[in-house]
Amino acid sequence: MYRLLRQIAKTGIITEPAPQSDESLRQLEQRMDEAILKHFGRSLAIRHVDAGSCNGCELEIHAANSAYYNLERLGIKFVASPRHADMLLVTGPVSRNMEEALRRTYEATPEPKLVVAIGDCGCGKGIFGENYASCGAVSNVIPVDVAVPGCPPDPAAIMRAILTAVTTAAKGR
Amino acid sequence: MRESTRAQGAPGGGYALHLALAPPAGLLWLSVPLAREDPGYPSIADLYPCASRMQRAAYDLLGIHARDSADHRKWLRHGAWPDGAFPLRKDFDIASRFAQADDGYAFVKVEGEGVHEIPVGPVHAGIIEPGHFRFSIVGEKILRLEERLGYTHKGIEKRFETMTLEEGARLAGRVSGDSTVAYAWAWAMAVEGATGTEPPPRATALRGVLLELERIANHLGDLGYLGNDVALSFGFFQFWRLKEDLLRLNAALFGHRYLMDRIVPGGVSVDLPREAAARLLEQLEQLEAEVATLKSIYDEHAGAQDRFIMTGQVTPELAERLDLTGFAGRASGMWHDLRVDHAVAPYALAQPAIATHTRGDVAARVSVRFDEVAESVRLIRVFLRELPAGEIRVPLAASPGGRRGVGWVEGWRGEVLIALETADANRIHRAHPHDPSWQNWPLLEHAVMGNIVPDFPLINKSFNLSYSGQDL
Repeated sequence: MYRLLRQIAKTGIITEPAPQSDESLRQLEQRMDEAILKHFGRSLAIRHVDAGSCNGCELEIHAANSAYYNLERLGIKFVASPRHADMLLVTGPVSRNMEEALRRTYEATPEPKLVVAIGDCGCGKGIFGENYASCGAVSNVIPVDVAVPGCPPDPAAIMRAILTAVTTAAKGR
Repeated sequence: MRESTRAQGAPGGGYALHLALAPPAGLLWLSVPLAREDPGYPSIADLYPCASRMQRAAYDLLGIHARDSADHRKWLRHGAWPDGAFPLRKDFDIASRFAQADDGYAFVKVEGEGVHEIPVGPVHAGIIEPGHFRFSIVGEKILRLEERLGYTHKGIEKRFETMTLEEGARLAGRVSGDSTVAYAWAWAMAVEGATGTEPPPRATALRGVLLELERIANHLGDLGYLGNDVALSFGFFQFWRLKEDLLRLNAALFGHRYLMDRIVPGGVSVDLPREAAARLLEQLEQLEAEVATLKSIYDEHAGAQDRFIMTGQVTPELAERLDLTGFAGRASGMWHDLRVDHAVAPYALAQPAIATHTRGDVAARVSVRFDEVAESVRLIRVFLRELPAGEIRVPLAASPGGRRGVGWVEGWRGEVLIALETADANRIHRAHPHDPSWQNWPLLEHAVMGNIVPDFPLINKSFNLSYSGQDL
């Protein structure tokens, strides 16, 4: 126990400042009013859905939960059921074998809800393309608010996308 | 003996079944021509139980039957294409789209007093790949687990056939993202073999460095999650700090956090200058010391050890009978490691030490992972000390179609195999990437028997098998 405590003390706090939102990642016009987003921004529950990825994007979503990025300090946490979620974080391409499961997960998520598509594949620019077994982009199956490219996008990029989705769009948009 | 099977449409319009077997002497590639009408072959699942799912997948994709097989259910096919349509046949258009049909999969029913079922997935409760697990339980204990995979099938093998040998490297590196280096190397090895290209010695040494960095990063991540799964979140935060440090170093030195697309046919795409190598060695020295500290904390943590020891056991007898592979195999007394058994450059000179255990439980897999991290650090030191000078990449030799190549690499999870047949103009006629998860998924069903349901995530993570790698 002594060694464990010493290791914690020695490590200290390594969490870095959170990135800013990035409006260029937005796919749809803001779908929610300011009041709701303000509320979401303080506490956001995310359900992750791997809809057919190579698992590369999952590695970076895990990394976003590490102490360097510390998503939870922003009130953002991953939950075990779509029924508890405000946002779906979806990696793809959406395989046709996951198409129905993704649709059902979306339907099981209570309104108001947000969808963030992760990675080149989720954005429809991935190497697998569209074929007999792949629907391609997440937006080919469910509505997507924000999409972040990258193979895979790094944790800061994923955080930026999540924050963009919960940020009220600039006036005049 | 470990194996991979795949049937294919032969150039003459008929079919052939290809088996890759791994007897002690090396790799044996058997090709069996099959009849054009109603192609079939005798099942080998009674000799090699892990072949059963491969045979089912070969039927789903090619319509090749394993006669006398005990299990004829579909495997990779769900509702996206009908029985009678076979995507890997040459007359099947990759862009074909069929209406979704009901999956209608017949799970094995377990009946009896007090037995009930818990269906889990395909969407899981954590940040994990999709798959379905059907638990039959009595009280808290797991009586039986049945896996249903194939959810991430995205037509990878068919996609290969639209590419050149060089383009295929990027796709191979995305069969299972966590093993991108192992796949890229196996791909390069297969392409180089088929075209008669010799990668320069500096490139092979750097490939060794990249593969060991991938092994370290994955073991660190899983050691962290194994702590997390026994309520030692300290372990998660510490190991993921070390992993993140390593990923950032990867990005700084090689230009990609997971080292994707760094190994290419003909060599590597990025060099490691002397000062960068020094920086790598310096950080590895710190990492080694930190991992040693964390190991002593894990070893002495009574709560963690209580959960690790005798949980999710695969005995050496069972591992031998069902062909458990990779580090999980080594934790169950299987003395196999391609880096040792069939060492290619740069491993031959470095003489890797094999890490093994015989108890085959979560604790044994944790122990092997710790040992492998330490050994990987040592190997990288040796590779960098002996790093040959010279170029890092040569152009691919042009080759006629119909050539074959094999890549066989000990990735962090286990042996990754690529079987390749070329077409004219350096294009791909057929490619089959084989993930070690094919062999190990069925063992997970055995490992959980008699354990309590809440220990499933822990046992699962201790293997950490790839869904995408076997779903293709």
